[in-house]
Amino acid sequence: MPETSGFSGPEAVRVGFYVCHCGTNIAGTVDVKALAEYAGRLPRVAVSRDYKYMCSDPGQALIEQDIADHKLNRVVVASCSPLLHEATFRRALGRAGLNPFLLQMVNIREHVSWVHLDKKAATEKAQDLVRAAVQRVALHKPLQKRRVDINPSVLVVGGGIAGIHAALTLADAGKQVYLVEREPTIGGHMAMFDKTFPTLDCAACILTPKMTAVGSHPNIKLWTYSEVVKVDGYVGNYKVQVKHKPRYVIDELCIGCQECITACVYKEGKTPDEFNLGLSKRKPVYLPFPQAVPQKVVIDRETCIEFKSGKCKKTCIEACGDRLAIDFKQKETFDEIEIGAIILATGFKTFDPERSPNCGYGRYQNVYTSLEVERLINASGPTAGEVILRDGKKPESVGIIHCIGSRDANTNRWCSKVCCMYSLKLAHLIKEHTGAHVYNFYIDMRTPGKGYEEFYDRLLDEGVHFVRGRVADVSDWAVHPSEVGKLVIRAEDTLAGFVRRIPVDMVVLSVGLEPQADAQDVRRLFNISCAAEGWFLERHPKLAPVSTFTEGVFIAGACQGPKDIPESVAQAGAAAAEALALIDAKSVELEPYTASILEEECSGCKSCIPLCPYQAIAFVDEKKKAYINEVLCKGCGTCVAGCPSGSIKQNFFEDEEIFEEIEGVLTYA
Amino acid sequence: MKYAYYPGCSLRGTGRAYEESLLAVFRALDVEIEEIEDWNCCGATTYMSVDELTSYALAGRNLALAEQKHSEIIAPCAACYLVLNKTQHYIRDYPDIRTVVNRALDTIGLKYCDKVRVRHPLDVLLNDVKPETIAAKVKVPLNGLKIAPYYGCQIVRPYSTFDDQGNPTSMERLLEACGAKSVHYPLKTTCCGGSQKGTLPEVGLDLIHYLLSEAQRNGAEVITTVCPLCQFNLESFQKEAGDRHHPTTMPVLYFSQLLALALGAPADTIGLQRGFVPIKPVFANKEIAYA
Repeated sequence: MPETSGFSGPEAVRVGFYVCHCGTNIAGTVDVKALAEYAGRLPRVAVSRDYKYMCSDPGQALIEQDIADHKLNRVVVASCSPLLHEATFRRALGRAGLNPFLLQMVNIREHVSWVHLDKKAATEKAQDLVRAAVQRVALHKPLQKRRVDINPSVLVVGGGIAGIHAALTLADAGKQVYLVEREPTIGGHMAMFDKTFPTLDCAACILTPKMTAVGSHPNIKLWTYSEVVKVDGYVGNYKVQVKHKPRYVIDELCIGCQECITACVYKEGKTPDEFNLGLSKRKPVYLPFPQAVPQKVVIDRETCIEFKSGKCKKTCIEACGDRLAIDFKQKETFDEIEIGAIILATGFKTFDPERSPNCGYGRYQNVYTSLEVERLINASGPTAGEVILRDGKKPESVGIIHCIGSRDANTNRWCSKVCCMYSLKLAHLIKEHTGAHVYNFYIDMRTPGKGYEEFYDRLLDEGVHFVRGRVADVSDWAVHPSEVGKLVIRAEDTLAGFVRRIPVDMVVLSVGLEPQADAQDVRRLFNISCAAEGWFLERHPKLAPVSTFTEGVFIAGACQGPKDIPESVAQAGAAAAEALALIDAKSVELEPYTASILEEECSGCKSCIPLCPYQAIAFVDEKKKAYINEVLCKGCGTCVAGCPSGSIKQNFFEDEEIFEEIEGVLTYA
Repeated sequence: MKYAYYPGCSLRGTGRAYEESLLAVFRALDVEIEEIEDWNCCGATTYMSVDELTSYALAGRNLALAEQKHSEIIAPCAACYLVLNKTQHYIRDYPDIRTVVNRALDTIGLKYCDKVRVRHPLDVLLNDVKPETIAAKVKVPLNGLKIAPYYGCQIVRPYSTFDDQGNPTSMERLLEACGAKSVHYPLKTTCCGGSQKGTLPEVGLDLIHYLLSEAQRNGAEVITTVCPLCQFNLESFQKEAGDRHHPTTMPVLYFSQLLALALGAPADTIGLQRGFVPIKPVFANKEIAYA
């Protein structure tokens, strides 16, 4: 390869090379002095230096000064991942009057020093990578970023407390918000709770005003019983398709009087009520709970006689009268919306305790999940707030077992974070409602948070019993006459040092939090990532906790990991602020890594067109060639790899650049 | 397909009735088996705790022998089943153990290639033969005989290969296909005491008593087991445990004895005449017309 190959300019290529110590992060494993010396001997390298922190102001100034002094026209920085500081160094080039894309980074931290122990071998590997970068950078061309306008509307997916809070924040700031919820009402899990810890204020009292505000806000378009089915476009300019499931009730005509429910031919409910977790029955026409938003009934076609036989007397229609809100012929409908940013707040599901068969859920009727007990305690729940067992008796002793589906090698390894506190809350409420003896079986009591430890102290004073140890099993195996007819909890008391058998009337399983069952489908739909456990992955665990790796898509609440209400709300506010910052910038810069067709080589086979995930490729009939819309192209490279004649090239990833890099890394030095 | 059959020592000693009945079941259901030629001791729990490496080599020999002709091996004894499973896992997970075992096998011209699958008779009957096939061949319906299904520890822990670790149900599914009825039995997988009866007799007797009395309290007429040691403990020390607590009269059978009986095997060919706690009065009471 001749010295100046690929560089179309009058002057020769002059590369400045910089290796960063990153304190001891890199210098501890890579011999940075030797690396700088090595790079200095490579062809076209005009200056080569090492420095303690290249990303610092003096580090950047060093590059800028060298560009001026040594007439550099290319820069290679060997430091951390380009995800962290590529933008930093590009800005430095820009300040010195060079096109920012004449930079190449070499990741010798994540790819070398952090993953190797042998200093000599690590230094050799770093040399190979540096050689590749120096060869590649010679072929870099000046590129220009593009600016596109941002649509100021925002889509919020999920109507739990996080979605509600994000939607209200954005709407109050004057933005148009679309809130999509797949259930017939918003409210999420929080609507099911009775009280919230540690203040014991009533969940409904603090939630329902926000729900109503969502329902009536002029800037919020609320779509319940709806799902996002398609997402196209890119940051600032997303096109989203929303499916509205038929509720067989016309939204605009239903006034929520519920007379149809009373009039339904079913005198009593027969279907397990989803909102009460099957602890009560509902009719085919129902309102999920009294404070549901919107106050519109829904008809369940699986259980409605009219749908099953077509022979119902349709007393509901009679009761509705001239309001004519019931429509058995309703079909699903679709809406297309254009938005600039997306906030996902799709929440969590609770662990199914049948997966831990030793705790007896599903086998003993007096074993409940914590969420079921929330409904029992709730005044609008199936027992009107009375904690009574399925046989109608009031429990005199209750065992609450922590960490079901959390911190368990057989199920989920993570701590679900909220269970200790909600278990304490339930202990307090059960004791208050029944006067029962309440036993908590815990591994560790985890109560960090404002006022949380104090709440634990309060429970200790209230006379709730605490047994530190994992529960072996729950059964009705009675050894002593006092155990007959009871559920016996066997647990090792690790503080007392022996095995306890505690007979109780009721067992409450503190089930952990899990990603939603369809989290993987949702992440694919919105083109974001999940961590190994299935929670949505944030861009950075500390510094970008609500951003994702897809620009313009933010996450909030428990879809990102177990969270209590204050944390979910805080994150929702943060996501709304991030979305506002994006939108209020009015326009966004797009990377110039777009692909383009080499017209003379394109055979017009059209095979690239269906490959493009962004619908950016069209076919120009007159020329019989493909054409790539630069604004829509995201630079994913799929068409480049897929083109059978090699007639698509991509900025910054041209074949020559990649081959030069490969040759560089493979050359025996 | 023919299965390799590994009886182990118990089935030729205290657990005779298990083999007699199981072979009858296999005959009745056309399950073809071939006994591994020149099999050796599985090592059981004792050898494992004295000299682990040698015991892997012992079990490895049985696996290597089975592998020569068969792809699946049936191990009815719970201890054999666990040891073979454990050996397979350890050879897979720990290269050092694999090396030692193969070096030992090499001296006798054998090689273990990890090609044989270890199966329990419950697994084979449930998933290969299937309960509906068994139900169709029942000659002596069990007339609602109330069984307490008792699994013990070794076939479900730590390797629950075919059933739920905490609440296994394969035994009741098979016996209910023959007309038996399982009672609620929360101690399905609780310890039988193992060899505690020899070392800490009171502990062993307490555990034995819990199992027996809980079965009785839940209305069981018989306990069915899959493990020769469980069967031995519950039956042989029933009187002693009863003297220490309160007496029980609970026949303890191998699940295969009831299966064989239902499939038409004569009672006296499947060990039912030998029990310390006689089962025949129970059959008479249930009007089970056994052969």
